[in-house]
Amino acid sequence: MSKPRLRIPKTVKKDEIFPVKAMVHHPMHNGRRKDKITGRIIPRFIINKFICEYNGRRVFVADLYTSMSENPYFSFYLKGKESGAITFTWTDDNGESITASHTITVQ
Amino acid sequence: MTTDPDRRKFIQAIATLAMTGGMLLPAVVTATPSEAKAKIKEITNAARLNKGRVKITVPVVADHGGRVDVTVTADSPMTEADHVKAIHVISDNNPFPEVVTFSLGPDAGKAEISFYMRMAKTQNVYAVVEMSDGSFHIDKGTSTVTIGGCD
Repeated sequence: MSKPRLRIPKTVKKDEIFPVKAMVHHPMHNGRRKDKITGRIIPRFIINKFICEYNGRRVFVADLYTSMSENPYFSFYLKGKESGAITFTWTDDNGESITASHTITVQ
Repeated sequence: MTTDPDRRKFIQAIATLAMTGGMLLPAVVTATPSEAKAKIKEITNAARLNKGRVKITVPVVADHGGRVDVTVTADSPMTEADHVKAIHVISDNNPFPEVVTFSLGPDAGKAEISFYMRMAKTQNVYAVVEMSDGSFHIDKGTSTVTIGGCD
């Protein structure tokens, strides 16, 4: 897995509702596709959980299934309560995680 | 003459195709509309499904089923007292009915989520929203899929 991509404002006003966009590179093998060369089925291997935490509070969680596209992308909103860290965790079928963090200033 | 690796791969692929009798693409076995309905019933515990307060937006025609833009919006003030607790997205013509489930709360500020999903065939996609008062709201979107995106 490679570095996730985030698009979030650096500074927001108190109680401002701001957009959060997060994407991670992942093939999201649905367990149905065959390898074009060998003809063997590629086993299921997907990101099954996405968690967003704002200063430790779990503010947005997604449970993903095989119908999600590769390189899963989410766009959602959060409310600026206080300055701090917004962290993201993507977990795959092998239990491995990739994390990213964003520092936000609330004025 | 140098050997181009792409050319070699191509020849290998042709050989594999010939050996397997061209049966590389199995027919897509999909969940049926009744399975989708059963899944919705399971999620909501057979509670009443209200219309309104939720909107799912999908393209009328999806050229490529591998990446279809979906947006779900719920009409909610997103306060401690009244907010969206969960959004379930269910497909009625993909191999499995579940697409994604979101859990959110008042920290979200507003309930509007976008993502990309796969569509194997032309289908209905349902957004089932669970509010903090325990009520459920549903909306349906329909996309005509030109090229399936699940295999």
